[in-house]
Amino acid sequence: MSSQTLRSMAQGSKRAARAPRRRSSAGTPSAGLPPFEELVREHGPAVLRVCRALLGAADAADAWSETFLAALRSYPRVRPGSDLGAWLATIAHHEAIDVLRRARRRRTEELSELPTPERDGPGDELGDELGAALDALPPKQRGAVVHRYLSELSYEEVGALLGCSLVAARRNAADGIARLRRTYPALQRPALEKKRGRKR
Amino acid sequence: MNPAQVLQAAYDDPEGLERLRSRLAARAERAGLLDVAYRTVESPLGTLLLAATRAGVVRVAFASEDHDAVLARLAAELSPRVLCAPGRLERAARELGQYFERRRRAFDVPLDLSLAHGFRRDVLGELAAIPYGATRSYAELARAAGKPAAVRAAASACARNPLPLFVPCHRVVKSDGSAGEYRGGAAAKRALLALERS
Repeated sequence: MSSQTLRSMAQGSKRAARAPRRRSSAGTPSAGLPPFEELVREHGPAVLRVCRALLGAADAADAWSETFLAALRSYPRVRPGSDLGAWLATIAHHEAIDVLRRARRRRTEELSELPTPERDGPGDELGDELGAALDALPPKQRGAVVHRYLSELSYEEVGALLGCSLVAARRNAADGIARLRRTYPALQRPALEKKRGRKR
Repeated sequence: MNPAQVLQAAYDDPEGLERLRSRLAARAERAGLLDVAYRTVESPLGTLLLAATRAGVVRVAFASEDHDAVLARLAAELSPRVLCAPGRLERAARELGQYFERRRRAFDVPLDLSLAHGFRRDVLGELAAIPYGATRSYAELARAAGKPAAVRAAASACARNPLPLFVPCHRVVKSDGSAGEYRGGAAAKRALLALERS
């Protein structure tokens, strides 16, 4: 990931982090905020997937904890009815950038390029294949795939998070998935089987 | 499987999440961000929900009360910073266990009465003075709380007691001697009175 992309990611995040947007569904009861535990259970898995994808297993656990602690700190000020999943994804994205920034500072020689995460922690055995395939994507495609497919944000939310338009977010996600179909084996095989099945 | 399912499965880690969740509760407690901690405990009366603020145990709910709804009300009335954090409720759970095993007659764990206001709170104070194994009528309770005519209000304060068991509203019975209503059901009330008499 280039430092320019990092800057644009950070800028996009700041814009989205200002306030979670209100959910448009009109029928939901306007009761207060749900107990924070509900957020942890509902969105904890997606936040962990995003942290794993952006950072590798070693740093993902810390980023997950920092994300939920930061969210807990400001939670009482969130407006009821806000899209809490997108809000958490934004915080997680920020935490990941902070971790990458700190890692870059540690390696003063390599200033132009951000290091790819060190995927050598315990637990990386299962996901490192995906991590390597994601790391090989152009940064914009990587960001769009991670937030659309691992966290299931809408394209509008992905665009807001990455500082690009909805259309660009959709295109980056589609291009990224198309490339992953060639480079990530688990995504390759079922797709081929499906195709064959349809022809029959 | 669609692409999202394939990619998500690679990073699926329920055990890791469980560890992270309990670590989050501990870190939130240390950071002063845990406004309401809760846990459940098994008891002869079914699964009980226990919730505590930093001041003390603030709510006990029976299984019949729908624990999710109780937690949602706590989030609205106290703070949305609500987490499953058994550590803060360890002592309360232990004392309850001893009570049900007849090894404890009074509770020492700090209580937070902030969910009760005005006369209802006065009534809770009087309830705490009724000794283990003894009973009072609703009229006697109203008199003790300083409003002899407010028998119905005293009964309502018992019915809405946020801390059943710890604040022994089960020791208040109808003047004809029958157990009367109870948040955890009339059968639970009879069981508690029998437990304390044996």
